Amino acid sequence: MIRDVSKSFGAVMAVQGVSFPLYAGEAHALLGENGAGKSTLVKILAGVYGADGGGLLIDGEPVAFKGPAASRAAGVSVIYQEPTLFPDLSVAENIFMGRQPLRVGRRIDRAAMNREATDVFKRLGVELDPARVARGLSVADQQIVEIAKALSFNARVLVMDEPTAALTNVEVDRLFEVIRTLRTHGAAVLFISHRLEEAFESCQRVTIMRDGRSIRTAPIEEVTIDDVIRSMVGHDLDNLFPKTVIEPGEVVLEVEHLTRVGVFDDISFNVRRGEIVALAGLVGAGRSEVARAIFGIDKRTSGTVQVHGAELPNGNPLAAMSAGVALVPEDRRQQGLVMDMSIDRNVALASLGRLSRFGLIRRSSERDLATTWAGRLQLKFSRMVDTVSTLSGGNQQKVVLGKWLARKPSLLIIDEPTRGIDVGTKAEVHRILDELVTQGLAVLMISSELPEVLGMADRVLVLREGRITAEFTRAQADEDSVMRAATGQPPAVAA
Amino acid sequence: MRARELGIGVAIVVVFGLTTLNNHAFAQIASIQQLLSGAALIALLGVGETLVLVTNNVDLSVGSIVGLSAYIVGDLFKHNQGMPVVAGFIVAIVVGAVIGAINGLVTTVARVPSLVVTLAMLYIVRGLDGLLVNGTTIDPGSIPKAFTAVGYQTLFGIPWLAIIVAVVVAGAGYAMRSFRASRDLYAIGSNPDAAALAGIPAERRVFTAFLISGALAGLGGALFLALHAQIDVSGGTGYELTVIAACVVGGVAIFGGSGTVLGAALGAVLLNTINQALVASRVSSFWNEAIAGALLLTAIAFDRWLSLRVARSLQSAKGAHRAL
Repeated sequence: MIRDVSKSFGAVMAVQGVSFPLYAGEAHALLGENGAGKSTLVKILAGVYGADGGGLLIDGEPVAFKGPAASRAAGVSVIYQEPTLFPDLSVAENIFMGRQPLRVGRRIDRAAMNREATDVFKRLGVELDPARVARGLSVADQQIVEIAKALSFNARVLVMDEPTAALTNVEVDRLFEVIRTLRTHGAAVLFISHRLEEAFESCQRVTIMRDGRSIRTAPIEEVTIDDVIRSMVGHDLDNLFPKTVIEPGEVVLEVEHLTRVGVFDDISFNVRRGEIVALAGLVGAGRSEVARAIFGIDKRTSGTVQVHGAELPNGNPLAAMSAGVALVPEDRRQQGLVMDMSIDRNVALASLGRLSRFGLIRRSSERDLATTWAGRLQLKFSRMVDTVSTLSGGNQQKVVLGKWLARKPSLLIIDEPTRGIDVGTKAEVHRILDELVTQGLAVLMISSELPEVLGMADRVLVLREGRITAEFTRAQADEDSVMRAATGQPPAVAA
Repeated sequence: MRARELGIGVAIVVVFGLTTLNNHAFAQIASIQQLLSGAALIALLGVGETLVLVTNNVDLSVGSIVGLSAYIVGDLFKHNQGMPVVAGFIVAIVVGAVIGAINGLVTTVARVPSLVVTLAMLYIVRGLDGLLVNGTTIDPGSIPKAFTAVGYQTLFGIPWLAIIVAVVVAGAGYAMRSFRASRDLYAIGSNPDAAALAGIPAERRVFTAFLISGALAGLGGALFLALHAQIDVSGGTGYELTVIAACVVGGVAIFGGSGTVLGAALGAVLLNTINQALVASRVSSFWNEAIAGALLLTAIAFDRWLSLRVARSLQSAKGAHRAL
């Protein structure tokens, strides 16, 4: 039973007043878009985060988990979205870490441990050598180890955060069988998946989350997939997306048959002057990877990338930069900014060649450049020499933007332009993007926020499992169609 | 892991054999005994260092602890005639354990990187040592014969020093495989986030690793004194780097997660064998360190190559899976 749980990170409310019940012997689907707060809720259940408000009740008793161990002791077992394995340890040790079977003298009984691991694998119907090290396991096998770990607890509450993302159909079927068995033994299962049909197939009840809130909880028979999609997306925030539609100019970026083996496959599209093309899709669909390959951070296996008709060399970000491409990465703290460096120096960082004379950087030019862009982007700061870490998330994002715009690029690739930014600054970032585009910039935008994609993009490309599965014009695109293309659902039958 | 230890064993035999062909004196009992005693000290420190390295930390203070504990014990013997030999060992271990505990506390509680903490501790302990020693030397005359006997007496031809260290290595090696707490050390170094999710008390474990490393370094000080029968301010200088080199050559991952105590001990024997072999072959002593360095680079390059290969096989496995 989850009652009124809230959790915020700084100014961002990740989960807000979420309540729903989990019943013994029942599988409960938790659905929502990326960023709806599902994974945060999972971490609260797991005891990784403490809730800021509200609480959890087990058998009607309130419980407070002080860390993952307490959560486990209370009978909650979690399969995380990202495998959390120890690469250097054996598969069996990964499953039984911290609770290895013991023999006389509190020594680890390796034979028993391997045997028990094999037993769990048998229940899952997979063959995996428990004695091999986890390093080198395929993603699917890693996920299977995670599932085996969770099963070995004989938990009363089993939480699965996208357990099926990396599994083959056969493995998924096995997993569902195991879930069924667990349910008949009285366990409660919380199942999170982007594959809606899975949720409908294996769950009895569904809760839909949006923007950190639980929108609706209902028995699965009472809802349809269409209901769910509508509840997941529902919105209205028009002024958040100031969009000027202009006639696009010549092609700036032309991507043909771009492939990186195992990551994405046969990606072709173009971006023109004066338009925003959005790459939509679920987390892990390969969107950021496509951007990295275009910019040359990752090497492409095959295919071509042309900017203004000239082909970019493979795996060479410097060449991409001098061809007028700028990449604003998803993780601005790690990849976009030097947090302990001043605002002006961060802004100037990508333009140092232009700002130096005889190989020495002219401090005054740095300052001038930064002042220009701070003004244009309406950056809120106290002094230029303050470190970037003192700024709010939204203003940090503006610094990253300024840093790349200072190079006067003709193509801007921007990954999650407004993640973790409050609504007001969000609208500002959108306004800046719109302004730049009307001045002739070409923008390739990656966003997990559907409203942003629909509100800002002239064209929407949907990626699913490394392939472009749909392309929509601004007029065609709506939440429903994009969500369906991203999750692999057939389009709705026109009423 | 087994392959790594076997490989080092083969390397030791090859170096030993080649040198003996060149200079028959190398295979004499006395020469082998000297080789083992020298390696034993480094191997002992290597045990503690392995515990720390496995958690993705490092202990740079072990060499200075050797110097300090050796001098304190020597000084006690000098001023307390008739102090029992066992007391000397105990004092040495306690001195090391205290310093190790401080290392562990500052690293885990104040969350200062262990590289910085133990580097600072290296200087502090050296400074303290200098103050205590104050230009004097403890000479063989003031140390009880029963104590130095550990350094030169043998059992069935094997130096006692080597036997003591072999027992420690065997015990620690077994413990590192067989107890939950020691497996936690590997888990912490392998994936700290996953370790936290598994409910492993990382701070306590890392603290214990530093404590043991310090205590073993303290014991090393007593053995150093027993072996050399004298001590001045320079005792144990530079050992920390030799120890880390031995661990890395022995297959202990510098970024944590893997490596065995036995590997580190064999690494110490290999480094010392090469060292002695060069002396026996009348190669300039300057080559010694250069060759140790080259060996280290080879070991690291090999590890890197291995992990890249594994990463690549993981990638293609992923690709194959997608294709299904």
